[in-house]
Amino acid sequence: MTSMLSEILVLPILLPLLTGAVLVLVNERHHQLKYVLNQLSTLLLLVLACWLLIVTDGPATGDDLLVYLAANWVAPFGIVLVGDRLASLFLVLAALLANCALLFSYSRWAKLGVHFHTLFQLLLMGINGAVLTGDLFNLFVFFEVMLAASYGLLLHGYNITRIRAGMQYIVVNLIASVFFLLGIALVYAATGSLNFADLARLIPELAPAQRQLMHTGAAILAVAFLTKSAMWPLGFWLPTTYSAASPPVTAMLVLLTKIGVYVVLRLNYLWFGDTAGSSAGFGNTMLLYGGLLTLAFGAIGLLASQDPGRIASYSAVISSGILLALIGLGQDLTLSAMLFYLLSSTLAVAAFVLLTELIERIYTPTDSVLALSMEFFALDGEKKESAGVVIPAAMAFLGLAFAACALIMAGLPPLSGFIAKFSILHQLLQTPMHASSWVFLLLLFVAGLTAIISLMRFGVRSFWTAHSAQSPRLKFSEVSPVLLLLLVCINMAIFAGPLSGLLERVADDLVQTSRYIEQVLQTVAVNREGQ
Amino acid sequence: MEIILALAIGILFASGVWLVLRPRSFQVITGLLLLSYAVNLFIFITGRISLNKPPLTLDETALDPALYADPLPQALVLTAIVIGFATTALYLVVLLGSRGLTGTDHVDGKEKETDE
Repeated sequence: MTSMLSEILVLPILLPLLTGAVLVLVNERHHQLKYVLNQLSTLLLLVLACWLLIVTDGPATGDDLLVYLAANWVAPFGIVLVGDRLASLFLVLAALLANCALLFSYSRWAKLGVHFHTLFQLLLMGINGAVLTGDLFNLFVFFEVMLAASYGLLLHGYNITRIRAGMQYIVVNLIASVFFLLGIALVYAATGSLNFADLARLIPELAPAQRQLMHTGAAILAVAFLTKSAMWPLGFWLPTTYSAASPPVTAMLVLLTKIGVYVVLRLNYLWFGDTAGSSAGFGNTMLLYGGLLTLAFGAIGLLASQDPGRIASYSAVISSGILLALIGLGQDLTLSAMLFYLLSSTLAVAAFVLLTELIERIYTPTDSVLALSMEFFALDGEKKESAGVVIPAAMAFLGLAFAACALIMAGLPPLSGFIAKFSILHQLLQTPMHASSWVFLLLLFVAGLTAIISLMRFGVRSFWTAHSAQSPRLKFSEVSPVLLLLLVCINMAIFAGPLSGLLERVADDLVQTSRYIEQVLQTVAVNREGQ
Repeated sequence: MEIILALAIGILFASGVWLVLRPRSFQVITGLLLLSYAVNLFIFITGRISLNKPPLTLDETALDPALYADPLPQALVLTAIVIGFATTALYLVVLLGSRGLTGTDHVDGKEKETDE
C-alpha cells in the first residue's frame, strides 16, 4: 500500500485529540464557540471516516488494507494502525452517532457542566483508536482513554443518581481493566508477541503447553471485552448506568458496548478462525451460551421495565446477546446479516434514547428536567430557556418517531430492523441447524415479542393516556438528530441491497484472515531518503 | 524465587478481591490498588525472572538475547502503572463526590441497617 494514503489512518485519532486539547483552552463562557469547534471537528471526522470506507472498499486499492507504521517500525516490533473495511465501517458508525449526540446536546446538556466537549472528543479518540489499532497493548491504552472519558461523561450533570451509577460503572470497568492486563501478560508469556497479525500467525504453531497458556490468556481477555459488551452475567452494570447518564451520553454509551463486540469479532476470527489449527473455534461455545443467556436476560428485563431508560438499556442488552450468540454460532454465512443488525440496532437504540428525553417533556413541559442537575451545578448566569428554534407539531413528530424506533427495535416490517432479523433468519436456516441454533431462533422471536409488548405499553402510556394534553416545546437541534438517525435507518432499508454488498465484503475480509496477516506483516518501512 | 513471587502476587490479588467486595468505598479503592499492584508484578515477571541483566545494550557486537532481560514487559508495566494510577485517582474523586453528596461512604450511596 502506498504510504501517502495510509497516513490518513492516524487522523481519526489525532483530530479528536487536538480538538479536545484546544477545547480545554476555551473558557466555558464561550459555549457557542466550543460547540461549533466540537461539531466541526466531529463533522470532519465523519467525512474522514466515509473517505476511509471508500478507500478501503474502493477498486483503486483492490483488496489492500491500509497499514500505518507508527515511527516507521515494521509490524511485529512497532505499533501499527490497520484500516480495513470493518474498521472503517465502525469509524463511520461512531462518527455518525457522535454527530447526532453532539447536536442533541447543544441546546441543554452540554451547558450542564464543565469540559463536556473535551471529554466528548477524547471519547471519540479512544473509540477510533480502539477500532484502528493492530496491537493488543494499544488496544488497552485506547480502551482506557475511551473509558476514562466515559466516566467523566457519565458524571456530566452531576447528581446523586449519576454518582451512584458512576461508582459502580467505574469499579466494574477498573476490574475489567485488571483482567485485560492479566490477559495481555498471559498472551505475551505464551507467544512473545502482542501484534494481532503476528499472533494470528503464531497461534497455529504453538506447542501444547503454550497453547494452553494462550487459551487462558484469551479467555481472561474475553472477560474484559465481554464486560464491555454486557454479556450476562458480566453486564449488570449496564441498565443502571444507561438510565442514569444524560441522553446524549447514553447514546454514545450504546456505541461502547458495540466496540466490545467489535473486538470480540475481530480477535475471534483472527486468532481462532478456521486457519488456527487446533485452536480453531476456541471459545465459541462460551460465546454462544453466553449470548443466548444474555438474550434471555435482556428479554425478561425488557418485559419488566417501565422506565424508558431501562427499556433502552435492555434493548441494548438484547442486541449484544444476539450479536454474541451469532459470533458463537460461528457460521460465516450469517456474518453480513449480523453486521446489518449491529448497525440497525445501534442507530435505533441511540435514536430511542434521545427521543425518550423529548417524550418525557410531555409530563414535565418546562425546564424542570434539569432541576435536579442544576441544584448541584450552579449556573446562575445562564438564562433558563435554552436557545434554538421551536418546531411545530411536536406531538405528531414524537408519535411518529417513536413508532419508527419501536418498529426497528422490535424488528417489524417495513423498516431496517425487520430486514436485519429476516436476513439473520434466512442465512441461519441455510446452515446446518443444531439444537442451539433452534434455541437461538426461538429466543430471537421471544425477544422481538417482549420488545413489542414493552414498547407498546410505554407508547400507550405516553401518548394516549397523557395527563396534560399540552404539546411540549421541542427545539430543532433536538429533533434533527433523532430524525437523522431514523432517516439513516430508513435508508438502510431502502438501500439494503448495496449495503448488504458492502457488508458481504466486510464479512469476507473477516473470514479471509490470511490477507490481513500477510499485509500487516509485509508492510515495509518508509525509506528515509524517499527512494 | 518463583515461589516467593507467585505467593506475593497471589496474596496481593486475593486481598484485593476481598477488599473490592467490601461495602465501604474506601475499602474498594484500597482493593483496586492491591489488584493493580498484583497485576503489575504479574506483567513484570512474564518477561521471565532475571537478575542483574540490563534490558538494552548499545554494544552492537554482543547480541546474545540470553544476556539481557526482556524490555517489553518493563515498558508495558510502566504504561500500566501510569494508567492504573490515573484511573484510580479518578475513582477517588468520584468517591469524594459521592461522600459529599450522599453523606455516606457506602458503595450504594445509602446506608443499610444490616451493615456492620
